[in-house]
Amino acid sequence: MKHLKTLALGTAVALGVSLGGVTPQVAQAEDANYVPLLTYRTGPFAGSGIHIANGMADYLHMLNERDGGIGGVKLAIEECETGYNAQKGVECYEATKGKNALVYNPYSTGITLQLIPKASVDKIPVLSMGYGLSAAADGNTFPWVFNVPDTYWDGASVVIKYIGQQEGGLENLKGKKIGYIFLDAGYGREPIPLLEQLAEKHGFELLKYAVPGKEMQNQSSQWLNVRRDRPDYMIMWGWGAMNPTAIKEAVKIRYPMDKFIGVWWSAGEDDAAAGGAQAKGYKALNFSGVGMDFPALQDIKKLVVDAGKSPTDVESMGGTLYNRGVLNSVIIAEGIRAAQEKTGKKVITGEDMRIGLESLNLDEARLAEIGLAGFAHPMKVTCEDHSGSHPVFIQEWDGEKFVKVTDWIEPMTDTVRPLLEAAAKEYAEKNAPWPERTEPCAN
Amino acid sequence: MLYDIFVDPFVQMYQMPDFFLQVLWEGFVAGILYALIALGFVLIFKASGVFNFAQGIMVVFAGLTLVGLHENGVPAFVALGLTIVVMGVLAYGIERVVMRPLVNQPDIILLMATIGLTYFLIGFGEFIFGGEPKRMIAEELWLPTGSTAFEFGERGLVILQHIDIAAAVIAIIMVAALGIFFNKTRIGRALRAVADDHQAALSVGISLNQIWAIVWFAAGLVALATGIMWGARSDVSFALEIVAFKALPVLILGGFTSIPGAIIGGLIIGFGEKIGELYWGGLVGGGIESWLAYIIALIFLLFRPQGLFGEKIIERV
Amino acid sequence: MFYREAGQFKTSYQSDQAMFPILQDRIGMAVILAVAFIVVPLTANDFFLTSIMIPFLVFSLAAIGLNVLTGFCGQLSLGTGAFMGVGAYAAYKLTTIFPDVNVVLFVLISGFFSAGIGAIFGLPSLRIKGLYLAVTTLAAQFFLEWCFIRIPWLYNDNASGAIEVPKREMFGVIVSGAEATPLARYFVVLGITVFIAFLIANVLRGRIGRSWMMIRDMDIAAELMGIRPLQTKLMAFAVSSYICGVAGAMMVFFWLNAAEPSSYSINLSFQILFMVILGGLGSLSGAFLGAAFIWILPVMLKFIPSAIGLEIGAETVEHLTFMVVGGLIIFFLIVEPHGFARLWQIAKQKLRVWPFPY
Repeated sequence: MKHLKTLALGTAVALGVSLGGVTPQVAQAEDANYVPLLTYRTGPFAGSGIHIANGMADYLHMLNERDGGIGGVKLAIEECETGYNAQKGVECYEATKGKNALVYNPYSTGITLQLIPKASVDKIPVLSMGYGLSAAADGNTFPWVFNVPDTYWDGASVVIKYIGQQEGGLENLKGKKIGYIFLDAGYGREPIPLLEQLAEKHGFELLKYAVPGKEMQNQSSQWLNVRRDRPDYMIMWGWGAMNPTAIKEAVKIRYPMDKFIGVWWSAGEDDAAAGGAQAKGYKALNFSGVGMDFPALQDIKKLVVDAGKSPTDVESMGGTLYNRGVLNSVIIAEGIRAAQEKTGKKVITGEDMRIGLESLNLDEARLAEIGLAGFAHPMKVTCEDHSGSHPVFIQEWDGEKFVKVTDWIEPMTDTVRPLLEAAAKEYAEKNAPWPERTEPCAN
Repeated sequence: MLYDIFVDPFVQMYQMPDFFLQVLWEGFVAGILYALIALGFVLIFKASGVFNFAQGIMVVFAGLTLVGLHENGVPAFVALGLTIVVMGVLAYGIERVVMRPLVNQPDIILLMATIGLTYFLIGFGEFIFGGEPKRMIAEELWLPTGSTAFEFGERGLVILQHIDIAAAVIAIIMVAALGIFFNKTRIGRALRAVADDHQAALSVGISLNQIWAIVWFAAGLVALATGIMWGARSDVSFALEIVAFKALPVLILGGFTSIPGAIIGGLIIGFGEKIGELYWGGLVGGGIESWLAYIIALIFLLFRPQGLFGEKIIERV
Repeated sequence: MFYREAGQFKTSYQSDQAMFPILQDRIGMAVILAVAFIVVPLTANDFFLTSIMIPFLVFSLAAIGLNVLTGFCGQLSLGTGAFMGVGAYAAYKLTTIFPDVNVVLFVLISGFFSAGIGAIFGLPSLRIKGLYLAVTTLAAQFFLEWCFIRIPWLYNDNASGAIEVPKREMFGVIVSGAEATPLARYFVVLGITVFIAFLIANVLRGRIGRSWMMIRDMDIAAELMGIRPLQTKLMAFAVSSYICGVAGAMMVFFWLNAAEPSSYSINLSFQILFMVILGGLGSLSGAFLGAAFIWILPVMLKFIPSAIGLEIGAETVEHLTFMVVGGLIIFFLIVEPHGFARLWQIAKQKLRVWPFPY
């Protein structure tokens, strides 16, 4: 009998728990702009995700503390944990979209892909900053998706351009071997079409090394293959636990680190530090400033982090990924501001947000005004080009921190853009009937 | 096509012997590490018939505890000692809370309980230590971290990581120690008695509960060693947990109850996987490592269902 | 008192063999169906439909599928996720090749592909059983997952490697793709789930179902009594995989809208297995109860802290969810290893004898 009672109690608690929360509280203040943040602080990608999540949340909280929000309206910020899992991401989306969500930042190419078709239906834009579907830069096909400031194809073309510079011209790439090691998911596969096209055009050989998501920490086979093939350069599209493991393995097989270039998501300090002293010379793309020498970041430190309102570790502030998160929130904030200006409303909707993002113009003067002079390359979104700015720089690991080693490098827009448009068209055809753009151009 | 399958790989092996040696070495190291995980499974299966799915997360948990303690300022060897204590408490807790009430339940229920335990430990571990990968404190534990390169011939090069050598040595010591423990000590004999027949063991005065706690503790120690070794190769993070699945085919090959079987099974899987991936994987696009081990085990099962060293299964109605 | 069979006489074989021989069961079933088909659509909001009801029904169906294999035929499988994936990819290929055919038809057909693959991986079950069999199904899981990644034909060479569901209509109503209303999708999912559940309930009480249970209870004895193990086990694998395949196809077509290979990973297999075990092995109603528990609990856990005004971080909630789910699994295994279905039986017994306890 005692047995049964425990059981009944347990069931009752469980049921009560289940029923108690069937309707999620729509606790949305009328006079706030609601920004859901889809983040992941758990799971195999948490190592990268935590810094991004902190950066995103801290900047928005700082705006609330310092300026009382944007345009006098507070921001309601809510994080939803996705664990980099597409299912949970969609669940987060469904749970939060009803609260007048302004914009979604899925931080996972997989989740982005799921949200893209929903964006135009639910009238909430998707901001995939430097990830997601490259073709979405074509604003005519994807009016609701933004990937400022760069697409993966921009990034891949910059890497090839940089390798060309190192070799004394793109024509010298002929006969060279370039290895591409990537996370075997939507994310890592995204640049392949462009790399293949460039390989054909410039006559280098592209060797692909896929790292399955569940074997991220066990890459010895991939790197043994690298050792056998002896590629002249290695490009990496890694995320989460894949990055430090790859850098370690590269050190292990004594791959020349100065010929190993990662995408901007493989640019974390923790990643490079895992390789120890020998990882010196590892390079990565970047488009956001490194370090703490920006007034806005100091404000975050003073008003949010030091005030104990954030889980952020002060040490990690100013790191590549943290600053990347900040930049993401800067784009959101500037999008809201632009939307408020355009529509004259204070509390805006997803539709207004789309207009705001489409008329985003983050020039140098504006960057300086918000205390982030030189933090990023100026960005200007147009109705056709939803990825705004394009130039990227390359930073090098000096054993302790990343140092900027090149100036801003423009991607090969003439190659990328036609490919983007073709891909956008193909996407629309595959997903026929894809809705035509009906939204008027805001500019 | 036929040439690619049957001739070309062997030609490659012949032409680049240094690379072949390196592949063999990598296979050996991977095999040792798989074997270490499998060892934890075997210990618990032998004594209680429970297939402990949580062994993978115990590896992560042990590694995280060690690193987490060190990060909070505890000296490395003290942290190691404390981690051993933590694993002991965990073992006792599992025996008390999970295993004891589930005595005599069918296998599948026990298996599920360990999966539940896995979930619990994932949440608990992340709750305490956070989700980001952590660097293993190999140097602080006086483990060698360098590498030695043997160069010969024109471009011949074989690189041996010292940590891998250490892993192999530790694995061998561990197996030897376990062997002595099982065969020469009083508790070891009691363990074997329990493994053979629970009721008979009970009737001669062996405490099942005590034995199980000891076994889980031993498995926890194995997990700690595995966690250190895996962690030194790649960081300690929850992604490691998935590696534990690789222990299953290892166990199939070696038999669920045999300690030398776990080692040999691990080596077969390690060698097979690396050689398969590097010489044949390219033909189908690579990445066959993720399932090759299971297919090897599957084929093996069809011919010898009880494993290499397992006890013959006799069924009666 | 409330649940009294006494006095309900069966006067023909037909009524004795009816699906619901007892009046109370018939009424109960009618009420449940009425709630599902009428009350829920009238009252539920979009979030409830898309994030709770649709996944719940999809997982229930998958749990029924696994239950056929594990609960009724006694073959442990860890490959459920992959078999669901086969269904999803098959349905996707079919509907992109023949865009004009009704998508619901394809969802139902896609199960046959999954059934075929399931039967192939079921072949070793003849020689091996228990944990060993679990390893062969793991082989299926990892191999198929690899196929979803490495065979671009399966996802029409999409650069993203994901399958994205196109817009499809049925009788003029959009049922799949982003524009489909939650209500339309709910009705399709509900219809398919109820249909298959009734079908399986009938199969289970017939000759085939009984032969499965004989194999489960003692395979050698069953063989001696004239049950052919090969056919019976393979049939169980095929039927189970068929149901899982349909569930997988529904998962991507009517719930997620897009799926990556990782959607059908080993974690999904475990999730379904949890549902089956907690619900009760060998019980159809248990499959529904288990699915409700495993799916809805974490969703709820996310909202409770904010609902009662507790400010805790999103990641803490996630950790707590893991701990609570893991802890509850152990708790239920200890206090009631036969699952929720058994609880339901106990409740029925109580209702039967109430108000007198004996």
